Amino acid sequence: NLWSLIFQGCFVFKPSAKKKKTLSLGEFLTNVFTACKVLQDELNRNILDSLLDFTRKCSSTRQHSDWASQMRASEIPTAALVLGVNVPDHDMTFQSLSDLLQQSVTPYVASVQAKECGGKGLRGSLMGTVVTVDDEEEEEAEQTSAQHHKSVHCSLSTLCDWYNTKTKKSNTGTPGKKRSSPVRDGPQQPPVVIIFKDLEAFNPRVLQDFILICSRYIERLPLMFIFGIATSPSTIQHLLPHSVSSLLCIELFQSLSCTQHLATVIDKLILTKQFPFKLNGKVMQVLISIFLYHDFSVRKFIKGIQLALLEHFHSQPLSVLCCKKKEALLNVMQLDHLDLERIRHLLSFKRYVEKQEPREQVDLLTDDTHLKEVCQKLIKDLHKYHKNYYPILRCLHTLTSSLPRYPLGKQIRELHLICLEKNVWESEDYQSAMKLLKMLAKDELIALLQRCAEILQPTLLEMNESRRAKKLSPFEVLRNEALEFIDSLVKSHLSPPESQVLNEVCYYTSSATVRRHLNATPRTSIQAALNSPFYYLQNDRLKTEDGTVSNAAPDICIVYKLHLECGRLITFTTEMLFLSLFSSARFIRAVSELEFLGFIKSTKQKTDHVARLTWGGC
Amino acid sequence: IKHFQTTITCNYPSIFIYGHRASGKSHVMHVLLKELELPHATVSCVECVSVALLFEQVLLSFFGCDAASLLPRSASLSDFVRIYRQQCSQSPAKQTRYIVMEKAELLRDTDANLLPALLRLQELVEDNVTIILLSEIVWDKFRPNTGCFEPLLLHFPDYSKGELHTILSQDRHPSYSDEFYSSYINILLGVFYSVCRDLRELRHLAALNFSKFCEPLEEGKVKETDTHKLWRNIEPHLKKAMQTVYLREVSSVQWEQMQQTEEKENGALRGLSAHTHVELPYYSKFLLIAAYLASYNPARTDKRFFLKHHGKIRKTNFLKKNEKTSNHLLGPKPFPLDRLLAIFYSVVDSRVAPTASIFSQISSLVTLQLLTQVSHDDQLDAPKYKCAVSMDFICAISRTVNFEIVKYLYDFL
Repeated sequence: NLWSLIFQGCFVFKPSAKKKKTLSLGEFLTNVFTACKVLQDELNRNILDSLLDFTRKCSSTRQHSDWASQMRASEIPTAALVLGVNVPDHDMTFQSLSDLLQQSVTPYVASVQAKECGGKGLRGSLMGTVVTVDDEEEEEAEQTSAQHHKSVHCSLSTLCDWYNTKTKKSNTGTPGKKRSSPVRDGPQQPPVVIIFKDLEAFNPRVLQDFILICSRYIERLPLMFIFGIATSPSTIQHLLPHSVSSLLCIELFQSLSCTQHLATVIDKLILTKQFPFKLNGKVMQVLISIFLYHDFSVRKFIKGIQLALLEHFHSQPLSVLCCKKKEALLNVMQLDHLDLERIRHLLSFKRYVEKQEPREQVDLLTDDTHLKEVCQKLIKDLHKYHKNYYPILRCLHTLTSSLPRYPLGKQIRELHLICLEKNVWESEDYQSAMKLLKMLAKDELIALLQRCAEILQPTLLEMNESRRAKKLSPFEVLRNEALEFIDSLVKSHLSPPESQVLNEVCYYTSSATVRRHLNATPRTSIQAALNSPFYYLQNDRLKTEDGTVSNAAPDICIVYKLHLECGRLITFTTEMLFLSLFSSARFIRAVSELEFLGFIKSTKQKTDHVARLTWGGC
Repeated sequence: IKHFQTTITCNYPSIFIYGHRASGKSHVMHVLLKELELPHATVSCVECVSVALLFEQVLLSFFGCDAASLLPRSASLSDFVRIYRQQCSQSPAKQTRYIVMEKAELLRDTDANLLPALLRLQELVEDNVTIILLSEIVWDKFRPNTGCFEPLLLHFPDYSKGELHTILSQDRHPSYSDEFYSSYINILLGVFYSVCRDLRELRHLAALNFSKFCEPLEEGKVKETDTHKLWRNIEPHLKKAMQTVYLREVSSVQWEQMQQTEEKENGALRGLSAHTHVELPYYSKFLLIAAYLASYNPARTDKRFFLKHHGKIRKTNFLKKNEKTSNHLLGPKPFPLDRLLAIFYSVVDSRVAPTASIFSQISSLVTLQLLTQVSHDDQLDAPKYKCAVSMDFICAISRTVNFEIVKYLYDFL
């Protein structure tokens, strides 16, 4: 696996004693990444399955000869797949779609992208792509050197001929066929599927002509389209006039909305005790806001988690303890003195030590073996905390998510964020939520409590039993008791992770790093580079006091500093007077570099004037 | 058709046939040439993206693939004529050869010399060949200004109601009698003839609704001859079909499924145009709003809308004469990127860092066709955009982010 290789690469410089740990961590990482992959595939499962059914149905109705389907034979079956605006995620979906199609329905699948065949008036390129893609597939899948259509012009009729020879051969059963078995059982004429990855970006004329041409061949060639639509299905009507769209038989498929998608990812990856690696509130906030404010891309969100994971293992030496409970306990015993010193410096551990008796404090700070034992206990506590945290969180969410005006958030991620930040029971929203809960009708409350009980079943079975038994007593009393019970659960288990000892082992906290890596700010970094070149160049001579520029700095930095000090209009000549330190050629070059970066603009009034573009008029 | 046969025998060099869509031009040509067993080549001009492709197809159907492979890589008209003559001398024509060109209106967009040359192809190749052009447009729109050989014009009139009836009755269901289907077509035409005369569309509708028509029959309630009752049964369905299927909002398969499920969930199956809701990231919404404002507000008024202390400038003060008409009637105007960003920053309530993803969102809005780039792709410096969404759409978007767009629009002041 690539990721584990990269990961191991980070640790190559470490002594060999660590090697074993590294390997197990690599394994753990691979687990996480495969889990991500499986999850993504599962999310798309439904929509892909229905699409597969659609293609199968289409190819089978083609062979039927009843009256109704004959009347419809001239239409090209088309699936309009609405995927939402998170375009970067689509590639993956289409990849798995075409893989699945090739495996189970038809070997002839071609995907086309708008940018490959978009040119103005180049109708042919689109056809060309389709034909060549099919040709390539033929070579790969069949490995027969039968017929290569190296004709001058790729046209659909050549494709049609090619298809006929192909299917004829498979009918007579040429030896050495390497078809996957489902195809052989399936229809004799597998459809030719053309996937338009981004329908919006296609030139409408190209598309119209292509469909017109295809419809001429539909009787001889079982074509099928799949349109990938990012915005809304009405774009089909904007793109295609009635005369063209009447040639299609469009069926609509709606994929999960990206927010639902995100909710599942969070549910499966973050709100689970399965993975010991956790994100703290700020990092979560950064990732979620990138998702909601910027791109809606689930893939980027997962990439963000992966980045945080790598960063955590890379920067935090104690992350060796961030693994399954058993391994963690083993790893504690193998810690050396240096690592133990690191533990003693952890903020949460210091707090813990302060609470102990003086005698114990000395032991903890000096005796290594004693510390190891305590650490084992603490690690156990941490795992127990996680084990309890998530069910209670879900429980509280079920109780509050249906309340009017959502005092604790509509989505579970919002509640999770609140809990990560502070003691949730101290917030006003929590109080009001509890008040609202007390006002609920009996049956509603019981329904909610039962759902909670289902969630809690595995962890807190015995406590719930006692609760059930008292259902018959007066409602008022019972309600208060039940809510108090929930309240106590929340208080005991939903404390923020910062309060837990050794939380640094599992929680990744550097939100700034994640933000810097995922949310690039080109202008800020350019300004940082110009202001303090040391930051990027790592040259000691460039190190200066605040606000000054060293003589060794690149010319452009000096010119940048100068232009900051000037007014809106800058003359070269006056500047030059102050600068005896470089030649005019170097100066002019630096100025033009600055112009290239967009900080200044030459004015038309005078040749030796430039106008400043940043910071408005000052 | 009789008339047509006579013209065909007198081997005129070129014939031009025009008539509305689905008035049977191609069909008649096809059947006629087949019946008379005349050598012919049928080419669709949509398909022939290059002239060479056209030549290749013609040669292929007249002389086989050997001749077609003789064409050079980018064949010109003279190449075509040369090879044609060569092949022609080898296998002289016993009868007139015919080249049928469908959708001939596209020939106008090709090289200027192609159409005149094709019209006199008979003289050029010295063979007994006739070009037949099929088009939906009249010849007057074709005539090149350099002048050319006038083809023989033929018009295919639209079908009358009676003719439509006979044609539609021909593809009857095998398990029902002729009269029954014919009466069904009669009812169908009664409903749809006033709005639609396109044969293809009518045929489509006929196929879709027939099963519904037969339903009471299969349940044994009505006899085949009881047309009145059948009419009562089918009429509401046809009315409904008129609203949805004609625009192909609902595909034929979905329509059949809907008929089977019997309006249990009325309106659960919405047409394509009903799905107009688009989910966008938060900042993309604001970018789109800013783009809309930039497109529909004059640039001079930005100061009034987005500056806190704009003073008292009333609308009449900066109302110029030519701006009396609403900007919404004139359509969106292009705006530079700087203005878009300036409006964006003043519209968004929180502080936003100018990150790369803001800029990438702009370009992804362009790929989604919500914005269109006006300036050329190569122009990196100060690109210009236009907003391509409707008023309703932007109102819906701004409602989701609690932004009162109407307050910021110059037209609605």
